[in-house]
Amino acid sequence: MAAVQGGMGDADIKTDIKTEPSADGFGNNNANDGRVLSASPGSTPVTPEDQQTLLAVLQFLKKNKLTESVEILRREAGLPENSLDPKANESAGAGSGGAAGIVDLEGGDASSLLSRVTGSSSAGAQAPTKGTVQSGSGRDQPDVSVVLSAYSQQGDPTLYKVYYRDLKKFIETVLDCHRAELSQVFYPLFVHMYLELVYNNHESEAKAFFEKFSGDQECYYEEDLRILSGLTKKEHMRGNETLLDFRTSKFVLRISRDSYQLLKRHLQERQNNQIWNIIQEHLYIDIFDGMPRSKSQIDAMSGSLAGEAKREANKTKVYYGLLKEPEIELPLDDEDEEAENEEGKPKKKKPKKDSVGSKSKKQDPNAPSQNRIPLPELKDSDKLDKIMYMKEATKRIRLGPDNLPSVCFYTFLNAYQGLTAVDLTDDSSLIAGGFADSTVRVWSVTPKKLRKVKSAADLNLIDKESDDVLERIMDEKTASESKIMYGHSGPVYGISFSPDRNYLLSSSEDGTVRLWSLLTFTCLVAYKGHNYPVWDTQFSPYGYYFVSGGHDRVARLWATDHYQPLRIFSGHLADITCTRFHPNSNYVATGSSDRTIRLWDVLSGNCVRIFTGHKGPIHSLAFSPNGKFLASGATDGRVLLWDIGHGLMVGELKGHTDTIYSLRFSRDGEILASGSMDNTVRLWDAMKAFDDLETDDFTAATGHIHLQDNSQELLLGTYTTKSTPVIHLHFTRRNLLLAAGVSQL
Amino acid sequence: MAEERRQKHCSVVLPTESMKAMAESVGVGQLQEDSCVALSEEVSYRIKEIAQDALKFMHHGKRRKLTTSDIDNALKLKNVEPLYGFQSQEFIPFRFASGGGRELHFYEEKEVDLSDIINTPLPRVPLDVSLKATKEQQKAESTEPLKVVKPGQEEEGTIQGKSQGTTTPDGKGKEKGLIRLKPRSTHELSVEQQLYYKEITEACVGSCEAKRAEALQSIATDPGLYQMLPRFSTFISEGVRVNVVQNNLALLIYLMRMVKALMDNPTLYLEKYLHELIPAVVTCIVSKQLCLRPDVDNHWALRDFAARLMAQSCKTFSTTTNNIQSRITKTFTKSWLDDKTQWTTRYGCIAGLAELGSDVIKTLIIPRLAVEGARIKAVMEGPVVSNIDKIGAEHVQSLLLKHCASVIAKLRPQPDNVDQYRTDYGYLGPMLCSHVMKARTQAALQAQQVNRTTLTITQPRPTLSVSQSGLSGSSGPRTPSIIKVPSSLTLMSPRPGTPSQPSPPATKYIVMATSAGAASTQQVITLSSSQSASPVTSTVPSATSTLQPLVKLESGSGAGLTASRPLQKYIVVSLPSSASSSLETKSSVLPTSISSSSLDGGMKLERSESPGASTQSPH
Repeated sequence: MAAVQGGMGDADIKTDIKTEPSADGFGNNNANDGRVLSASPGSTPVTPEDQQTLLAVLQFLKKNKLTESVEILRREAGLPENSLDPKANESAGAGSGGAAGIVDLEGGDASSLLSRVTGSSSAGAQAPTKGTVQSGSGRDQPDVSVVLSAYSQQGDPTLYKVYYRDLKKFIETVLDCHRAELSQVFYPLFVHMYLELVYNNHESEAKAFFEKFSGDQECYYEEDLRILSGLTKKEHMRGNETLLDFRTSKFVLRISRDSYQLLKRHLQERQNNQIWNIIQEHLYIDIFDGMPRSKSQIDAMSGSLAGEAKREANKTKVYYGLLKEPEIELPLDDEDEEAENEEGKPKKKKPKKDSVGSKSKKQDPNAPSQNRIPLPELKDSDKLDKIMYMKEATKRIRLGPDNLPSVCFYTFLNAYQGLTAVDLTDDSSLIAGGFADSTVRVWSVTPKKLRKVKSAADLNLIDKESDDVLERIMDEKTASESKIMYGHSGPVYGISFSPDRNYLLSSSEDGTVRLWSLLTFTCLVAYKGHNYPVWDTQFSPYGYYFVSGGHDRVARLWATDHYQPLRIFSGHLADITCTRFHPNSNYVATGSSDRTIRLWDVLSGNCVRIFTGHKGPIHSLAFSPNGKFLASGATDGRVLLWDIGHGLMVGELKGHTDTIYSLRFSRDGEILASGSMDNTVRLWDAMKAFDDLETDDFTAATGHIHLQDNSQELLLGTYTTKSTPVIHLHFTRRNLLLAAGVSQL
Repeated sequence: MAEERRQKHCSVVLPTESMKAMAESVGVGQLQEDSCVALSEEVSYRIKEIAQDALKFMHHGKRRKLTTSDIDNALKLKNVEPLYGFQSQEFIPFRFASGGGRELHFYEEKEVDLSDIINTPLPRVPLDVSLKATKEQQKAESTEPLKVVKPGQEEEGTIQGKSQGTTTPDGKGKEKGLIRLKPRSTHELSVEQQLYYKEITEACVGSCEAKRAEALQSIATDPGLYQMLPRFSTFISEGVRVNVVQNNLALLIYLMRMVKALMDNPTLYLEKYLHELIPAVVTCIVSKQLCLRPDVDNHWALRDFAARLMAQSCKTFSTTTNNIQSRITKTFTKSWLDDKTQWTTRYGCIAGLAELGSDVIKTLIIPRLAVEGARIKAVMEGPVVSNIDKIGAEHVQSLLLKHCASVIAKLRPQPDNVDQYRTDYGYLGPMLCSHVMKARTQAALQAQQVNRTTLTITQPRPTLSVSQSGLSGSSGPRTPSIIKVPSSLTLMSPRPGTPSQPSPPATKYIVMATSAGAASTQQVITLSSSQSASPVTSTVPSATSTLQPLVKLESGSGAGLTASRPLQKYIVVSLPSSASSSLETKSSVLPTSISSSSLDGGMKLERSESPGASTQSPH
């Protein structure tokens, strides 16, 4: 299955990569793209279905005279030269996903935005789920009119109410154990029936239907209902993204076999075809054997825009283990010289070093192979930094419920609420802020000031052989505590330091991601690709790669030396609001306004996990340091904890009353800190939360979790600011907690 | 509730009148009613859509308020030209007008006279974005007392985020939940106060005696130190904790002098900080070891001084609710009664109890005199265990004699019979007897000599002074050193006049200085600064070993520091040398700056020295 998806995903990427330059007038830049990560796709076997798609893409390319691209794609897909022609007309007429995407790049007006979005979301929605559900219709009909035409079947509009009420009555009378499960049907049914009414121009009936039954829906769907409520005319449906999401992706429900049979029997008895048709066409019911789930179990997992994740979607093996740390010989010689006087020092170091060494010798069975994705080689400066890190780590405080971290709060003054993003370097020496006025500012929080490199003319004068050449290239005259970098043309929503502290990434409303040099404090590259606001960006823990995600609903993986993305992760149904790299750099997690979290495999570009359960847009993500767990925070003020290996929700932390903008695990993973718009930092006992897990086989197999409501026990501390929302958190290498925010006073 | 709201959402549509008004404003008259309805529905829908997108921008902008720029951005997202010019932050720029049955909201655009704008003075330049670090600290052992804050309180640290975050050592131990136990309210300090705090604390523990005196003077007299009180009290308690471990006698003394100064300040209310101060003071009284070389350093003086502080705070702050006095008494008694208690602690306990007043002496100490005497006897006359024990025993003995004599003098009827005493008080009896007799005669002569706060510190090797370093190597009988306060020691020639002539038996001199209303700290300055002017030192040799105050000297020394001060009086008194003063004979004098209690407004400087030292005073 994975292999098939690999082929699919790659096809998407290829088209995007190759068509964009052509639109800009460059014809031949595609040769280099994907070299870094192009290991897998070439060898994937192609199923007939995929072949059809590929052919369509090829056809399109050929029509646009992109012969080189045609060649490459064909070679990679392993298609014979003459395979193009027979189906050409067909696929061109249908307007494939790829075609839709390209239209946008060339046009760029409102209607093409729509088709682009359609294209990407429909293509993406299938990427992870393909093969289990798709009858093939969804993929080939991303066009709006085609999508909507599914609603065209006529029924008596006045009967809709009756049908719905009938079903409601039935579900209310079934046995308790089934009621909760069957109640899940209400919301998608309600939406689809309403949309059908609207589509068929039964405006007043639609309104009446909405007013009558919208109150029955679960409160966490309120946001969507509000959007739906505005939608009262067929014309509105044309541009509405929410609606398109609903249409192009099947709403997924998990129902036990017994309950499903019950429902099916009822509908067949009553000849209730209207509803049955909707269930058949627009819902995907994931039937499982065993006990029906309880109301709380269902509530825990539901809430996303497109229902729950299918169980199959979370079955792929995820290598969540950490990579082996490169062995670094500690230069103990000069160390010893320093520490000769006090003998305690080297002694302290050695056991620590041994433990680090022994840890790295044992290969984690869950870890990906070291070269699964190519990682940049360590430079000397990186090694020095690693050594610094180890030194600091020996002084680290062991945190725990009895030993909470101190918090240092960095308040941005005079920012007039314009601060939109903050990041700190791993060694906590620099802090960067992205502002609504398009600036990026960097502060040094140590006495060491920020300096620029000397100008080229001055650099010629210095002795390049000298030992302190790195010191000499810096211009003392430019030393200051902070530097401002100009370049963006819109609010800067995401910011991230490279691990080696030489670069800074920023993503902005203007659709670009910029790479800044922290040696010259100038912009090096503007990565263009997202044409809409880029909400978040983050460097890989090993540098070189970075991920970005934004309003266009796709996350992109980039390498700093490629100006085109290496991977495009598409599948989310709404804006991607936050992106995070897994500690082993092999996976990327994205949180979205569609209230799901997806985990993507960097190697194949596939979605390997879908986590549902949040009831609002997700604004923060954090991986535990051991890579096993993921924490996510959303506008609903809850933090959810996920077991990546099993693909399960393992905890819910309630306490915040507003959006959680920042989550961070302590360096050893004992404590989870969450910072929120409600002006508080809360500390949670992560160890306990993860230890208490009941991961028996049954739970793992069915994915039905029983969450204990133990938030209060896990909450270790709450720290309130006067009026400063917490938008960033960071643990120093010694486990001091740093927080940042802008005063609202 | 939610349902209602939702239904409202459903039905909210702009009124058709608005459409008409809009149409008219762009020159389209006579709009059909149907068109109006269609338009208003369409417009309402689009506005909702834009509002929803704008909310997205608000969320990503990490704000709670929707701004016009959010709407601009949402419009951009839809490829619609933003409404430029609506930059107002809070204020809604619409005006309402009604008339003729029509209601209208309009945007008021006044005609602006350019010259007005040109002529208005420029507004203040807005401040640039800056970064400030504040800290919520979890640990008790903070090196930076400025940052101890209880949770929930955002406190200002220093400016520009320059310092703490990364550099503060977070490698220290923490105490569980300590913060929650401390209901102190710390207030933010202004920059001036921070500077003041820094200066004062540095001066108090620094090496310059003059500065210290000035600082203590400031603590004892300045009003408005209340804001800094929590910091001072933390400073002291932390300082004691650290320096007890390091056996840094000098610093402990300085810190106790700070406590004294704080107590003397009439504007400060120490009640709330006693929980930090009292443990610190008690530590200085009873700690097993307070100095590096207990056999030679005079830590007894510190114990005496701290005991007096303790007594004073008991007197001032003990209430029926906090029961300080009884708790302290219990603590002292308990450790005194323990057989295993070391002599140093024993001394501290007795001193602490004795200072609490004659009642305590009568009920707690006197009944135990016999037991204690036996213990002392065991050390003094038994096999020599260790020198330290012996010295301890000697000190305890003299302490007991000193305090009990006057009480017994009042308790017992006149004829003092040695044998009677021996039966009553055991080993100490005979000595007591003679002391009591002396006390009786003395009481008759000078009743006013009681109850002075005194600190006597004698150090064989003034380690603080640079000048002594040359001498410190000598291991034999130590060179008697100078009668000077240490700060002046550093000023002096490194080689004080060597007393070559054999020393006569040691004598104790008490230098008393009185000045009207001036706090003692200032007097120390005077003392040290007037060194060069010689009157003080020159008086010393003239004191002979009589019991009476010998010299009253008035010095209006010419040093600039003291010029403004009222006349200083130095009274040099000599006390009978105690039996245990063999050590002290070799010692020079450490500075004392005990402020006088309000009762007697004087200060005693107790010194013991070999008269030979006087030779170096300029004549």
